[in-house]
Amino acid sequence: MQKKLIVSPGPHLHNHAVSTQRIMLDVVIALLPTAAAAVWFFGGSALMLMIVAVISAIAAEYVYQKLTHQPVTVSDMSSVVTGLLLAFNLPANAPWWLAAVGSFLAIILIKQLFGGIGQNFMNPALAARAILMLSWTGLMAANVLPHAGQWVAPLAADAVSVATPLTHGAEGFTLWQLFSGDVPGMIGETSKLALLLGGVYLLIRKVIDWRIPVSFLGTVAIAYFIQTGTLYSVESGAHNVLYQLLSGGLIIGAFFMATDYVTSPITGIGKLIMGVGCGLFLFVIREFSSYPEGCSFAILFLNVLTPLIDRFTTKKPFGFEKPTAPAKEAKA
Amino acid sequence: MSLYTRFPGGIHPHEGVNGKSATSVLPITETLPPSRVSIPMQQHIGAPAKPLVQKGDHVKMGMKIGEPAGFVSSAIHSSVSGTVVDVAPCVLASGLQADCVIIDNDFKDEWVELHPFENPEALDAAALSALARDMGLVGLGGATFPYSVKLMPPKVKIDTLIVNGAECEPYLSADHQLMLIKAKEIIEGTRRMQKAMGIEKVFIGIEKNKPDAIALMTKLCEDDPTFTVVALPVVYPQGGEKQLVYAITKRRVRTGGLPLEKGVLVVNVGSCYALYRAIYEGMPLIDRVVTVGGSVTKPANYLVRIGTPVQFLLDASQGLLPQARMMIYGGPMMGMAINRTDIPVTKGCSGITVLEKALMNSPETACIRCGRCVDVCPMYLCPSDIDKAMRKGWYDEAEKLGAMNCLECGACSWSCPAKRALTQSCRTCKKVIGDKQRAQRQQKAEAK
Repeated sequence: MQKKLIVSPGPHLHNHAVSTQRIMLDVVIALLPTAAAAVWFFGGSALMLMIVAVISAIAAEYVYQKLTHQPVTVSDMSSVVTGLLLAFNLPANAPWWLAAVGSFLAIILIKQLFGGIGQNFMNPALAARAILMLSWTGLMAANVLPHAGQWVAPLAADAVSVATPLTHGAEGFTLWQLFSGDVPGMIGETSKLALLLGGVYLLIRKVIDWRIPVSFLGTVAIAYFIQTGTLYSVESGAHNVLYQLLSGGLIIGAFFMATDYVTSPITGIGKLIMGVGCGLFLFVIREFSSYPEGCSFAILFLNVLTPLIDRFTTKKPFGFEKPTAPAKEAKA
Repeated sequence: MSLYTRFPGGIHPHEGVNGKSATSVLPITETLPPSRVSIPMQQHIGAPAKPLVQKGDHVKMGMKIGEPAGFVSSAIHSSVSGTVVDVAPCVLASGLQADCVIIDNDFKDEWVELHPFENPEALDAAALSALARDMGLVGLGGATFPYSVKLMPPKVKIDTLIVNGAECEPYLSADHQLMLIKAKEIIEGTRRMQKAMGIEKVFIGIEKNKPDAIALMTKLCEDDPTFTVVALPVVYPQGGEKQLVYAITKRRVRTGGLPLEKGVLVVNVGSCYALYRAIYEGMPLIDRVVTVGGSVTKPANYLVRIGTPVQFLLDASQGLLPQARMMIYGGPMMGMAINRTDIPVTKGCSGITVLEKALMNSPETACIRCGRCVDVCPMYLCPSDIDKAMRKGWYDEAEKLGAMNCLECGACSWSCPAKRALTQSCRTCKKVIGDKQRAQRQQKAEAK
């Protein structure tokens, strides 16, 4: 026997169709329709933000790992996903450096300082968005009118400040506008059509589980149905189920943010709890706080609760039976 | 009975060249006997057998060369006639050394006198158990549990006998081919167990990827209403004892318990055939069917004498293909990678699998908590958490996470996108926790 044989512990077969890199690539593929929609509605500035965010996310990870003498894991593409998601959470008129700062925060502060991929306790892109919102509230205001098919925003639009669909007193958008994405908002969260396409792709590829998106959206729908009693009507403005489901960051949150493996529970029941929890917090924040939109905070809150949920939803091993009383054993 | 014959979890592993589809159509062929066999004294769970022969002794085929030592133990018989060269430690598949009786074959195949049972119908459980002990019958599915213990007169009522013909392990077709040529004998052996133990129902579980075996068995069982052939879905590890019991009876075997507690006895098809031969031909267990599959020139199912070196089988299959990178004693999921070819085939060896370069694993990366291992674990464990606990040395935590229930099927490692050796972590935990529990029991016993 001339060749060298490998000896390793079993099992010796592995599913080569799945790898971390392939999963991240699938997420990027699922985000492409949304990226296209963002460019369609918000033009070159959206494209610029995406490119800056992705490049700075990759650079941040590379430089940090080089400086700390760790193996460089840029090739797993997780930083591409983080950068892209962060860009989707910026308004079209945000300056380019805001995207870069956001990516640095997400990759270094939230992800690498806690141990890199698999160790972050919050969704990096969402946590960075929250920091940007609190630090540069003015710049993060999503008040640019979409300009479908135009590369640059019409001059007038820049000067005019408009309200997003969830701002109180600004409920004049049609369902089709909300669904297609022809509304003011963060560049990646307006087009529900594109987001749902990507979400369905992830479900088909079995990258994400149905439990979180379904329970998240379901909870929001039920909460609003109880509160408003209306599925949809034009007169009710924003006070109906469909309008709420299609507004703000709910869809991108339910399919792309809350389903982040690292920061969501690992068991099936845990995932349902996560979805229901996110839905309830979103409802509470949207209805009873001064913020018009609460998706990111709802998810971040459940991210932090994830270890606790995991702890309480651990399954008993197959065939587990409560041990019988020790007295009985002694007799036997 | 429920038609939904599935257990929770499980996977559908892919195979490389000469996988199950290739080996499952190869009828069993007999290899020429090797010129020298080394027969280990421990081919079963429990205490090693005590050698009965010495250097220079002449032995006949079927002669008892190892006496069971202890309650959980089994006899060992010579698979050739010839001269004992030595009784010495040899390296086995685990990489550890154990005592073997090494016999030079004189190629005369002289048999000892065989004593078939005169009145098989009248066999009771005690007689079957004694026979199993004497004839060296153990579970041939891989666990090699002595049948003398399994067939003890039952303390609880056993109402169901399950014959395990699932053969869920990729590449292997030994049981499949045996069912095709020895179906009648398997059923007859099973019937003797059924009668001796007073069992009402018998289920023969076969995965759907063996339609010819299902058809044949169903036909032969037609006139016995107590026999049912169950076509099982093709999911790994369908052949796991607890999984099989749940799939067929929907009874959950207690963690750390045996199917017996739930009134179920599980036996392997190969063992049923061995039992048949022991009863009707007086023949001890000296050979078994072994699949040689994967990256070998000529994959085959061989009837192999116990103690035959692996090299002999590889030669019979005309050697490895150029892309071969790993040689496995057993199937690719639960078998052991070996690095030498003088290792003897034992009672628990159902195959020699050779894997090619393309199937080798890539380096591991960080866990991303995707939960795939949790979804596929047939025991409802969280392998990723057990893995993390093991790496930190938190064995108490691993014990709380149920690591001791791991059946080492390998489904978690197979499905891990980060390519982490989750099954190996569980094995490590089981070893450390098991050692600790044994030490505690010993301490308690000494204190008394």
